[in-house]
Amino acid sequence: MDKFLEQVKAALTEPAMQQEMLTGIWETIYSTLLATVLACLLGLVLGVILVAGEKDGVRPLPGPLMKIINAVINILRSIPFLILMMMLLPVFKPLIGTTIGTKAAILPLVVAAAPFVARLVETSLREVDKGVIEAAQSMGCTPFQIIWKVILPESKPGLVAGFVTALITILGYGSMAGFIGGGGLGKIAVNYGYNRYNPGVMIVAVVLIVVLVQLFQSVGTRISVSLDHRITDRGGKKRRSKETAHKIDTDKRDPSQPML
Amino acid sequence: MIELKQVSKTFPTLDGDFQALKDVSLTIQDGDIFGIVGMSGAGKSTLVRCINLLERPTSGQVLMDGEDLMTFSPARLRQARRSIAMIFQQFNLLMQRTCLKNICFPMEIAGVPAAEAKKRALEYLDIVGLPDKANAYPAQLSGGQKQRIAIARALASNPKVLLCDEATSALDPTTTRAILKLIQDINKRMGITAIIITHEMAVVEEICTHVAILEHGNMVETGTVEEVFSNPRSEAGRKLVFPEGAHIDQFPVASVVRVVFNGGSSYEPLIASLAIDCGVKVNILGADTRNVNGKAFGSMLLGLPEDKSEAAKAMNYLKAQRDVTVEEVPDYHG
Repeated sequence: MDKFLEQVKAALTEPAMQQEMLTGIWETIYSTLLATVLACLLGLVLGVILVAGEKDGVRPLPGPLMKIINAVINILRSIPFLILMMMLLPVFKPLIGTTIGTKAAILPLVVAAAPFVARLVETSLREVDKGVIEAAQSMGCTPFQIIWKVILPESKPGLVAGFVTALITILGYGSMAGFIGGGGLGKIAVNYGYNRYNPGVMIVAVVLIVVLVQLFQSVGTRISVSLDHRITDRGGKKRRSKETAHKIDTDKRDPSQPML
Repeated sequence: MIELKQVSKTFPTLDGDFQALKDVSLTIQDGDIFGIVGMSGAGKSTLVRCINLLERPTSGQVLMDGEDLMTFSPARLRQARRSIAMIFQQFNLLMQRTCLKNICFPMEIAGVPAAEAKKRALEYLDIVGLPDKANAYPAQLSGGQKQRIAIARALASNPKVLLCDEATSALDPTTTRAILKLIQDINKRMGITAIIITHEMAVVEEICTHVAILEHGNMVETGTVEEVFSNPRSEAGRKLVFPEGAHIDQFPVASVVRVVFNGGSSYEPLIASLAIDCGVKVNILGADTRNVNGKAFGSMLLGLPEDKSEAAKAMNYLKAQRDVTVEEVPDYHG
């Protein structure tokens, strides 16, 4: 136990370790944010296609095309994440030049997370009241106007909650990528804790990851709730915060499982 | 002018096709307030959605000023829809936009410059009596206020026709009256044709000039409100105009007549005069009189005495009255 405390103390006080932790935090934050932004953009487009393109959507697309998109999303989601990452690292090597480090992990992360985001987006977009869409149609909106001016703005709070879920999931993925050469806090936890039997450093890295997750989650919840003009009173906002936080929390399930 | 010609609509369901509308033909003149009534499931909502082709009829024609909307290209149909505004039972406002932005929405779609749209939206807010709600969100409004905003939004596209799909069904009676008054006002002031879908006869008598009655997808009766109210020809019409008719069957009386007031004379003490002038006592089994467009309409069910000659006397007396129609109720079960 004493040895463990010493390790923790060393991880926090030794300048070299401090430096490593700071680099780890920075790498984690920037790779997570970058991968999330890209995954969300890709997922948003896919989600919109899934909802708008279905048979009674606002802009039906050919059935076979929809079947292919759905199949690709489902296949990508059913491959366990680490294996998918390992499969994708060499695919992106020509583009990035390496299969090791923070940069190498970002694009595989995007590809692995985008289908998950697409399903989250799909769920949020489906929550938009059909009546509102009908009202827009009765005013002579084009399908694109309905998507851009009705469906997306109306589902904004749900989308933001979905993006926060994606952010947290991608942070988790990014940390796991430490096992296969990814960077950041995950790498520190794996290298020191797992490979060099230094649980003290590992605990510090893990605590930092947990702090980051909590931070992202509470900021995200706050933004999602403040964007929602359906709630007008303080009590409602409090209740909605709780619901949203719960939703983000429970959505932290394995993204490669089908969502119900 | 809107004309529906032999409009039919069939929905495929798991247990075979369901025919929601069967050969419905209707003509609605400019400036009318046209009520379409029927019980739930009669096909009213489908019918109104066929007017702006939110539902495409399976067969038939939908003519607006002589042009068949069914033959329009999607772009031309969108253009046409801008002159057919619609309001809904559930209001269907954009919840993430302020009231002002909601009213601006159709103008945004039509490409009206933002500054002008805002100016006009403020005017429409004034017309519907909510000038102070420009920056409120729909969630902060009551049902009646939401419907006012929806009406303002409908007006913003400068429509020729306003379709109201059960627009007052989610509102309390006082608010319903206020909203109907507003629709009537808009109809008078701006000459907008209003088509009102409702299951409540009270709504029709309050503001409509014409009415059509739907039953199981068939249009069973149509005409001016006066005609239909004073003398409903169809069974469905009678049920809607005299909803209490069924209960009266329980009273044991010899023969029953229905006295219908066609305007004017309902304020005269008819039954008292009958008793004094003929010396015949009749039993009032039920009465329902109402005020339609300033005239008195309604009906009364009278039980006549068992004595045949007294009954005949009473019938003759009633038939001699002006503005009163008398008919025996043959399907009466004593």
